[in-house]
Amino acid sequence: MGDNAILKRRRRELIVGAVLLIVLAVLPLPIESVYLRGLIVLTLLYAGLSQGWNILGGYCGQISLGHALYFGIGAYSSTILYVTLGIPPTLGMFVGGALAALAALLVGWPCFRLSGHYYAIATLVISQMFLLLASNWNFINASMGITIPFRTQSWLDLEFRTAILPFHYVMLAYVAVVWIIAWFIEGSRWGFYWRAVKDDAAAASSLGVRIFSSKMAAAAISGAVTGVGGALYAQYIAFIDPDSVLGLSLSVLIALPAVVGGVGTLWGPLIGAAVLIPVQQLSASWLGGSGDGADLMIYGALIVVLALARPQGLVSLFGIRSQAGGAVVDRA
Amino acid sequence: MPEPILQLRNVSKSFGGVAANVDVSFDVARGEILGLIGPNGAGKSSLFNSISGAVAPDRGEILLEGRRISGVGAVACTQSGIGRTFQVVRSFDSMTVLENVMVGAFARLRGSHEAMAKARAMLEFCGLEARMDRPAYMLTPPEKRRLEIARALATQPKLLLLDEMLTGLTPTEAQGGVQLIRDVRAQGVTIIMVEHVMEVLLPLIDRAVVLHLGRKLTEGSPAEVVRNPDVIRAYLGDHYAAV
Repeated sequence: MGDNAILKRRRRELIVGAVLLIVLAVLPLPIESVYLRGLIVLTLLYAGLSQGWNILGGYCGQISLGHALYFGIGAYSSTILYVTLGIPPTLGMFVGGALAALAALLVGWPCFRLSGHYYAIATLVISQMFLLLASNWNFINASMGITIPFRTQSWLDLEFRTAILPFHYVMLAYVAVVWIIAWFIEGSRWGFYWRAVKDDAAAASSLGVRIFSSKMAAAAISGAVTGVGGALYAQYIAFIDPDSVLGLSLSVLIALPAVVGGVGTLWGPLIGAAVLIPVQQLSASWLGGSGDGADLMIYGALIVVLALARPQGLVSLFGIRSQAGGAVVDRA
Repeated sequence: MPEPILQLRNVSKSFGGVAANVDVSFDVARGEILGLIGPNGAGKSSLFNSISGAVAPDRGEILLEGRRISGVGAVACTQSGIGRTFQVVRSFDSMTVLENVMVGAFARLRGSHEAMAKARAMLEFCGLEARMDRPAYMLTPPEKRRLEIARALATQPKLLLLDEMLTGLTPTEAQGGVQLIRDVRAQGVTIIMVEHVMEVLLPLIDRAVVLHLGRKLTEGSPAEVVRNPDVIRAYLGDHYAAV
């Protein structure tokens, strides 16, 4: 028992992950619809983004409502490097990730001294501030945004004309890498420390856990992952503007799949994205555009129903141990 | 006399004008079980927080094996060999029992496998091996107290601070706790314990330090301390001291 139970669970997670990877690799092949293929690409992107958010918000318990900032930094850095200097986005995304990590550290440095909800509010305000700055900053074309011109088909530049399938594999690779990062963190000293910080900071520090640096490390990794996602998104859509890559609604969209799926779990963000992103996109295309916001009402209602029915996150449907939510609910 | 493992010299701490500890000085000998007793509000928990590094004393100093540890912070105190439990149990409720103890083990071990092995050993030592894979929040209150000890022991402390570890337990449970504390001491760990349950505490401890209104009232063997008129007065009022 004991260590065997943990090791067995971790091995099982790897096997399920590998099977899922194969299924997702084959999934788009029989699908003809461009719309549906695009939907899956977005779902994969948000699964990765939300898993990235989960590293800080789920494992370490620091709820960020400003992850759009890191996403935007990644999107803008890679795009500007590509458009003005011709540096390939496959390289630029790492620059974007690094800058996003740096931004997460700069936000964390003053804000992790705040407790509880104040951190969430601070991240929200800071990201909104940068939305305004970006909207008026001429160097990045202000609110007009930047269109990424098509040059030549290339994996190095992540340019595929109108083909969606290559982006399916790009995003799948992204999710897989983020998932593996989360898997490693779960089994490592860092992962244990971050969860301890989330559960009870005073007890954690009595066991030798450095609270502040734990939060900073989680923020840096989470920010980097989000920044890379922003760069990939920019190449996929080929157009970015402050509203689409720095807006509050994006911050919420990044956090929601993890929250609905199950915070602090390996599978929660994936399951959450698989449910939420299609519902959001489909309801928007069926009901949206009429100007009455019916799609948002349905989307909002769904989230309320899910939160009421499965407060521990959708992962609990599968009998997967849900960490944070589970304990909170059962304690009540 | 060998060097004491812990020395407190004129430790004072106030919180917003309220003096929690005033000029508290005493030594703790290596390997002993020291009881820290006193009525409510005597400053016991506050002193624990100073020794464990959770707060820094305003004045005075605390030495562990001759090295100053006051003001260095909780993490450094853990690294230099101080472990503690909390008056109100603080388990990591999103984790299993084994994982809780692994957090402690990581204080000295980097690899997960080593931490797991250490945590397992500590759980066996504390009689919780059967609960290893349970979520921590499912434990009964006495089991949670054991979990806190296992977790603190996993940091491999030289000195263990137990804050009301036996309070609120049934007599049978408390006897189990007493046995565990004796076992811990037998491993060479020095223990300071805060406790209210005198009939359990007095037979267990080697020496007692009595605090009253933040100051040290007296110290000595359990027998001396309970006969001390000042102690009786502090606990029961002037009337009983005169009797």
